[in-house]
Amino acid sequence: MNNKYRLTMQGMTKQYPGCIANNDVTLKIKHGEVHALLGENGAGKSTLMKMLYGVVKPDQGDMFFNGRIMNIKEPADARDLGIGMVFQHFSLFETLTVAQNIELALGDLAGHSSTLAGRITKTSTRYGMPLDPHRLVSTLSTGERQRVEIVRCLLLDIQLLILDEPTSVLTPQEVDALFKTLKSLKKEGCSVLFISHKLHEVIELCDSATILRGGKVSGHCIPKNETSESIARLMVGDNTPISNQTRRALGTADFLTVNNLTTAAQALFETPLKNINFAVQQGEIVGIAGVAGNGQEELLKVLSGEQIQASSSAIKFKNTVVDALCPLKRRRLGLACVPEDRLGRGAVPTMDLAQNALLTSFDNGLVKNGFLVKQKITELANKIITKYKVKTPSFRTHAASLSGGNLQKFIIGREVEQSPKLLVMSHPTWGVDIGAQVAIHEAILKLRDEGCAVLVISEDLDELYKICDRIGAICDGKLSPILNTDTVPLVQLGQWMAGDFSDVFNNQPKVHTPQGALV
Amino acid sequence: MIKLEPRVERSPAWSYLSPVLAILLTLITGYVVFALLGHDPLNALYTLLIAPVADWYGVTELLVMTIPILLCAYGLALCYRASVWNIGAEGQLLIGGVCASAVAVNFVDSTSAFAMPLTLFAGIAGGMLWAGLAAFMKLRLNTNEILVTIMLNYIAVNILLWAVHGPLKDPHGYNFPESALFGDSTLLPVLFDGTRLHLGLAFALLALCATWVFISKTFIGFQIQVLGLDASAAKMAGYKRALLIAGVLVISGGLAGLAGAGEVAGPIGQLVPQISPGYGYAAIIVAFLGRLHPVGITFAGLLMGLIYMGGELAQINMGLPNAITGIFQGLMLFYLLSCDVLITYRLRFSLPFKQQKAQPIHIAQES
Amino acid sequence: MELDVITNILYATIRTGTPLLLVALGEMVCEKSGTLNLGQEGMMLLGAVAGFITMYQCDNLFIGFTVAALVGVMASLIFAFVALNLNASQVAAGLALTIFGTGLSAFLGADYEGKTINALPTLAIAGFEHIPVLGKALFSQDAIVYLSWGLVLGAYLFFKYHRAGLAVRAIGENPSVGNNLGLPVMRTRYLAVMFGGALAGIAGAYLSLAYTPLWTQNMTAGRGWIALALVVFASWRIERVMLGAYLFGFASIMHLVAQAFGWAVESNLLAMLPYGATLIVLIMLSKNKQKLKMYEPMWLGKPWHKGH
Repeated sequence: MNNKYRLTMQGMTKQYPGCIANNDVTLKIKHGEVHALLGENGAGKSTLMKMLYGVVKPDQGDMFFNGRIMNIKEPADARDLGIGMVFQHFSLFETLTVAQNIELALGDLAGHSSTLAGRITKTSTRYGMPLDPHRLVSTLSTGERQRVEIVRCLLLDIQLLILDEPTSVLTPQEVDALFKTLKSLKKEGCSVLFISHKLHEVIELCDSATILRGGKVSGHCIPKNETSESIARLMVGDNTPISNQTRRALGTADFLTVNNLTTAAQALFETPLKNINFAVQQGEIVGIAGVAGNGQEELLKVLSGEQIQASSSAIKFKNTVVDALCPLKRRRLGLACVPEDRLGRGAVPTMDLAQNALLTSFDNGLVKNGFLVKQKITELANKIITKYKVKTPSFRTHAASLSGGNLQKFIIGREVEQSPKLLVMSHPTWGVDIGAQVAIHEAILKLRDEGCAVLVISEDLDELYKICDRIGAICDGKLSPILNTDTVPLVQLGQWMAGDFSDVFNNQPKVHTPQGALV
Repeated sequence: MIKLEPRVERSPAWSYLSPVLAILLTLITGYVVFALLGHDPLNALYTLLIAPVADWYGVTELLVMTIPILLCAYGLALCYRASVWNIGAEGQLLIGGVCASAVAVNFVDSTSAFAMPLTLFAGIAGGMLWAGLAAFMKLRLNTNEILVTIMLNYIAVNILLWAVHGPLKDPHGYNFPESALFGDSTLLPVLFDGTRLHLGLAFALLALCATWVFISKTFIGFQIQVLGLDASAAKMAGYKRALLIAGVLVISGGLAGLAGAGEVAGPIGQLVPQISPGYGYAAIIVAFLGRLHPVGITFAGLLMGLIYMGGELAQINMGLPNAITGIFQGLMLFYLLSCDVLITYRLRFSLPFKQQKAQPIHIAQES
Repeated sequence: MELDVITNILYATIRTGTPLLLVALGEMVCEKSGTLNLGQEGMMLLGAVAGFITMYQCDNLFIGFTVAALVGVMASLIFAFVALNLNASQVAAGLALTIFGTGLSAFLGADYEGKTINALPTLAIAGFEHIPVLGKALFSQDAIVYLSWGLVLGAYLFFKYHRAGLAVRAIGENPSVGNNLGLPVMRTRYLAVMFGGALAGIAGAYLSLAYTPLWTQNMTAGRGWIALALVVFASWRIERVMLGAYLFGFASIMHLVAQAFGWAVESNLLAMLPYGATLIVLIMLSKNKQKLKMYEPMWLGKPWHKGH
């Protein structure tokens, strides 16, 4: 094998009980190239990377680095070769400092701990992502945490940097900064493997791309020579409809009104909400964008009733003050809630679907005189399963056995079946395969058209632009103005996500939205 | 090589097989240990497990021993289902005994029909109060219930000692640390002549049915299970965590208190320095062995009572220390915990280079 | 006379607090790695009986304590296997160890109740022992007391300056992340559990070889549980564990203090004092939820396995 490529993965195959995650996948990256690995959720990208990084052992396949065969048994081996990896979920310890984290991650390679802090400062500044080595990780924003992960790799003279979905946790401005760093790495001869499902970023940044679909390679391309549509076709195949903008709607009367909502941090790493004002009308979908950790969780908890504000009157469901009401009373007023956690919180993993249907639907005739009415419960479960096309052998399956998409469909179905007047959702389609995502969006839109008020809190800007009628952003506990989606260009939203609420673009024609369409 | 591989779904078969396997393993270990100690192992096992119930009297004695364990265990099962780690059944039992005695000593010469109900009621109330203390500390003061209930156990022991040495000591009793013998009006009636089996059996059966219906057929029972399996789901659904936690603690405390009252108003007939050889602790094991299910607990409780009796018999007949009981109990719990692994994992015996077999394909869940 | 009494009280406080200190220190290290071992009573009793039997048979204190430590380690290994390898509930596994250890120790020690041995002698540090008030308490103790101080110091330095100490803390926060980074999670936790077992064994032996010195079943009388509370009291910080241990030691000897000062208090009520004190301290500590969470190892007591 000659030295033409920095990395060659050939014939990679990996099976798990019940599915083939990677099926004869081949990936080749040149020296100093920024290579994209594209695919929808569930296509097999993470598994491929885990094999490269030694976290998972391949069933078949060979890997070559700079022409020589790789024998990777554990992450340290990959690291020793000069491969650095930044996973989607960071490997950081919150109660330790930046320097301590890097020291643990690098092990013996960290050198003496006294010199490490200095090296961290120097390297991080050199690549345009300055870090204070003595700060506790718990105090860092998500973007800063990603920097720690990247700097950790950079300290080691790497030849290949792998980034797994790096931009989903960044504001558009932070994305620009990251791309600058990657371009300077490229100039130094370092290769970059950029794993993503965001086409516009790939087109902007990457030299070449490999596309995975259903565990197999469905194509290669040079992104600059393609359009979003053509790449998307390779990702999702010919039969799935490419997501287009949906019909916008105008709400009627206010259902949810929030005035001057302020909270105090309840636990250690929480973000207090500061003077939040917004409303959601019946028959519209409002979206709140934002990088994780800026108050979304807290906002959801205070709306759902998981956090009760006894002496406040900031939140109203159609003229009824709900701040002091428990979740049950809010549900009786018309609230339904889909939290970001599916296994746990949204559903109990070790309970079956009938029990999980009962979980929040108990007020609808499923309980009589304190006793459970088994027949009604199983009826409801079956109804949800059939109507929302949840793939499962029966209602007796445990929630933990369902795939992410199917479980999410079930949970959303359960909430929608309660005919809510207000549906609050957090990250409704994260980690969900494309088919389920389409079905979920359809269900939400249908609910809106029937007059329900819908609030979607999400990091997925594509999703928000697709289904929301009005859109805003939350940053550091503060909420931006909420305006008609079509009048908010991505740049503006990005500014809001970064906390800059100063300029409000009005009547801005012809701006790019993430789908690549002109609006 | 033996490896543990996670199962796709929990195995219901192993849920039932695991306790059986654990008991078998305990028996085998016991056999080996007895052999190593120089006793005839079969004879030892016979003494431990069969001899105690070889006659009718033995059977009734078994039930006498099992009643307090079961009462405690039914209550503990409720707590553990809610993930409330109540280790305080022993203390709640003792306080129940003390409170019942405090009432009973006032009725020694009475023939009132109220004497017994009041006595039992005092015992239940005492146990509820003692558990309520733990509930208060957990809910309002945020303390860990394991440590709190254990501390309360030790305090309860000392309260009992103080009571029999002080306020409840029989004034006519030659200064022994014992209360007066209870009068007939407060003693639990014996069900079969010539035995010590008392009305407590009815209470145990009632508790069995009541907890079974409660946990499997009521909505509150459902809420308790959700709370124990996933507290954040319970919160999202709006279940009242504080009420549920206080509820299970107080119910189990009441049952333990009833057990204590049953002991002093039943087989013992008075308050003495030791009214329980660790029933409250045995109940913990019984609850786990019985899979937190009232029916399973009943079987496990009978087994545990058998071991207690067998231990006493072994002490008398074979000169083995009474502590053999504790060893068996502990062993059983260890084996149960180990066998429980098979519910969520399967054992894979594989040669180092064997490949995994292909399985039905569907869309990859992992990205 | 007054000064003498205070001197003796201080001396007794340290002696009484030493087993608590040892167990608490051992369990704290164990908990820092994320493992909750409720089997302290069982390990202590096994150590106590093993130490006593060894001492009775061969009249050598060093061997006695060493055997006790080894027995403690072996007992902790049973727990480690069930809780860490088989991923069973740590609470249940720890309870099982307590029950098993209590029963086994009573069984093994049945023939040794009432026997006597030569107790651990005092190792006075020449000269300093005569300092008023503190001299006896600090410089006239036995070897194990000095050992306990050395262990506290060693543990403190280990966690503050050594990379392995950092790794233990990290694994206690998140073993999944630790595993991703290539830290030896299982090995670290095993070692932490074994360290706890060794110290519990020594603490138990201290009771049967130095403090009382004799063997009776259940002689620990809940000290193992109090030590668990001590770990919470010390907020999982090594530097605080001595304070807690001696405070509780003091509470345990209150009946002696009462005698010395001629107070007439019912002995059974006084006997409740250490447990009541534990309760009160727990309450005081736990009231500030946030502060408690700041130091508690985030993964404490939670099951984990590779591929989690």
